[in-house]
Amino acid sequence: MDKRILLLAAAGLLAVPAHAADKITLGFMSTLSGPNAIIGTEIRDGMQLAVEQLGGKIGGLPARVIVEDDQQKADVARQLAEKFVQSDKVDAAIGFSFSNLMLAVYKPLVDAKTVTISSNPGPSQLAGKDCSPYFFSTSWQGDNWAEGMGAYLQKKGLQNIYLIAPNYAAGKDVIAGLKRFYKGSVAAEVYTPLTQLDFSAELSQIKSSNASAVFAFYPGGLGVQFVKQYAQAGLKDKFPLYSAYTVDESTLPAIGDDALGLIVATSWAPDLDNATNKKFVSGFEKKYGRVPAPYAVHAYDTIMLLDTAVKAVNGKIEDKPAFLAALRKAQFESPRGAFKLNTNQFPIQTFYQGEVKKGADGKPRIVIQDKALENYGDAYAQTCSMK
Amino acid sequence: MSATLLLEQCLNGMQLGIMLFLMSAGLTLVFGIMNLVNLAHGSFYMAGAYLGAFVYASSQSFLLGVVAGLGGALLIGLIAEFLIFRRIYKGDHLDHVLVTFGLTLIFNDLARLIWGPAALFARVPPFLSGQVNIFGLISYPAYRLAIIVVGLAVAALLYVLLRHTRLGMLIRASASNRTMASALGVNVVVLYALVFALGAGLAGLAGLMAGPIFTVIPGMGDNVLILAFVVIVVGGLGSVEGAFCAALVIGLIDTLGRSFMKPLFGLFLERAAADNSAPAIASMLIYILMAIILFFRPQGLFPPKSR
Repeated sequence: MDKRILLLAAAGLLAVPAHAADKITLGFMSTLSGPNAIIGTEIRDGMQLAVEQLGGKIGGLPARVIVEDDQQKADVARQLAEKFVQSDKVDAAIGFSFSNLMLAVYKPLVDAKTVTISSNPGPSQLAGKDCSPYFFSTSWQGDNWAEGMGAYLQKKGLQNIYLIAPNYAAGKDVIAGLKRFYKGSVAAEVYTPLTQLDFSAELSQIKSSNASAVFAFYPGGLGVQFVKQYAQAGLKDKFPLYSAYTVDESTLPAIGDDALGLIVATSWAPDLDNATNKKFVSGFEKKYGRVPAPYAVHAYDTIMLLDTAVKAVNGKIEDKPAFLAALRKAQFESPRGAFKLNTNQFPIQTFYQGEVKKGADGKPRIVIQDKALENYGDAYAQTCSMK
Repeated sequence: MSATLLLEQCLNGMQLGIMLFLMSAGLTLVFGIMNLVNLAHGSFYMAGAYLGAFVYASSQSFLLGVVAGLGGALLIGLIAEFLIFRRIYKGDHLDHVLVTFGLTLIFNDLARLIWGPAALFARVPPFLSGQVNIFGLISYPAYRLAIIVVGLAVAALLYVLLRHTRLGMLIRASASNRTMASALGVNVVVLYALVFALGAGLAGLAGLMAGPIFTVIPGMGDNVLILAFVVIVVGGLGSVEGAFCAALVIGLIDTLGRSFMKPLFGLFLERAAADNSAPAIASMLIYILMAIILFFRPQGLFPPKSR
């Protein structure tokens, strides 16, 4: 009892009137080790580039970023979240690479009223019924690229498509997202075990089918193997391959020329024509010596979102309601174009259809061809209680 | 279901079976002759894959990659046998499991230390990246066909070595009765080292060929090792012929199950139910097969004649 009164008294002492803070502390976590480190590294690098381009300051406040590796383990991520809240006392938790980890840290962070910004995972729960005023996304809702591809295939009037994806939650979500916009017929719907890397049996089935095209979802290393084996089996010319979250700038170097001619869905490409993108891509290539992937863009935008909001409240980030409102309203120029958040605090953006082509340097790259879905939010925003 | 599809799936199954055979031949030889349970066998597979992919990528020469992968695995096997394995032959199986499991962890972390935690993506050499037309019926990926051809050739060589050479005779003699063989003047120490290195080399070859199909990552051998143990248990512990037959049977069952389970289930189940249950059952098939075979023939399909 005594302890509780003491705590209350301490809380009362802390609740001093808002004044401009003298610094901003950010807790960053992503997967930086293991076979899936490829995505987490992009996120870290994009974030660090943004902080550097802002001269080490976010909204004019000197920034301190604590970078941690969640090892793609839920228990580690949860401990990090508690450390961010309790001992580091961060002003915002950012980064994140996997949706299952995002869900594991979501409650501890949001319950502690910590501003949380995701640079990659966008599980449907967080965009819909479990949305929170403390949670923001600068990336996408998980179905988005598949919805973009579905809209493109529908517009093209294709029929009889063969669908293939790994057998786990995201695999089924992506196929559902595709079908939300693609209304044509389905030749077959195949799910393979998440750990399976040899697709010989499935590729032979596709070969003997009468499908007109194939849609595949195989993220990360799975995608590298799937696309390479697809080309080796000689299927590329007979069955055009459409994909989402499978071929991107982080997997293209490993896939190589086998990816040429593939049609992908994306929300960004290195050659997207705007001034912010040019600054971002050239800065990234100079700092890291490689072409950035979309994950790096999201992380870059996370810092820019914070920068815009901190400026809007004149550095008074202790005034939580004002800071949250500023984040929600923030509009700025992203490498993807004008950045704007939806009512559920996920971005409203344009999704494109792109093709993998040989670049001037002889390496394959994704070239945007057409808009698939313009200024689109997501299918779950209406179930979020924030309006 | 057309005949060409069936033929193609059989080739796919054979290709998987051949890889499993190369992996399990060494495992079963080492068990049959030295009575050693080697959980670190997957590390030689990983070594072959890493060295092959790395040397091919950095030298641009496929031949050098093959030599490095095969020779490297063989050499690592020889060194490991000299430093560690020959000290534990006399121990019981629990000692073997403890030591070799520890070695697996060490090898996995060594790979992580040298090549980093991210995956290495091995390339298929250009001359094998196309398709081959078989009997004018189907076009089959050249690389996968090459795996089948190489694997069958190695199996034939192994058969000749074991059945028709003096070395093979000594190996078989030691397998049936070690004490008698050494009493008759067979240099068991050298023989053991040779057999061990041969097994490591075969695993390295399997890893080398698997590199472009599976991703080259630390710990890649562990998953294959489980399948290899299924193969040698089904084939009969210590029997190379048994391992060959069991590997092909398991490769075929796994591949055909993955491809034809769904249409089969679709005959008497709703489409959604078939979609959900078929992949789950298909991935269990080989373990179900193992359970059935062990129930009726606990000694495996082709156990060695005398021990």
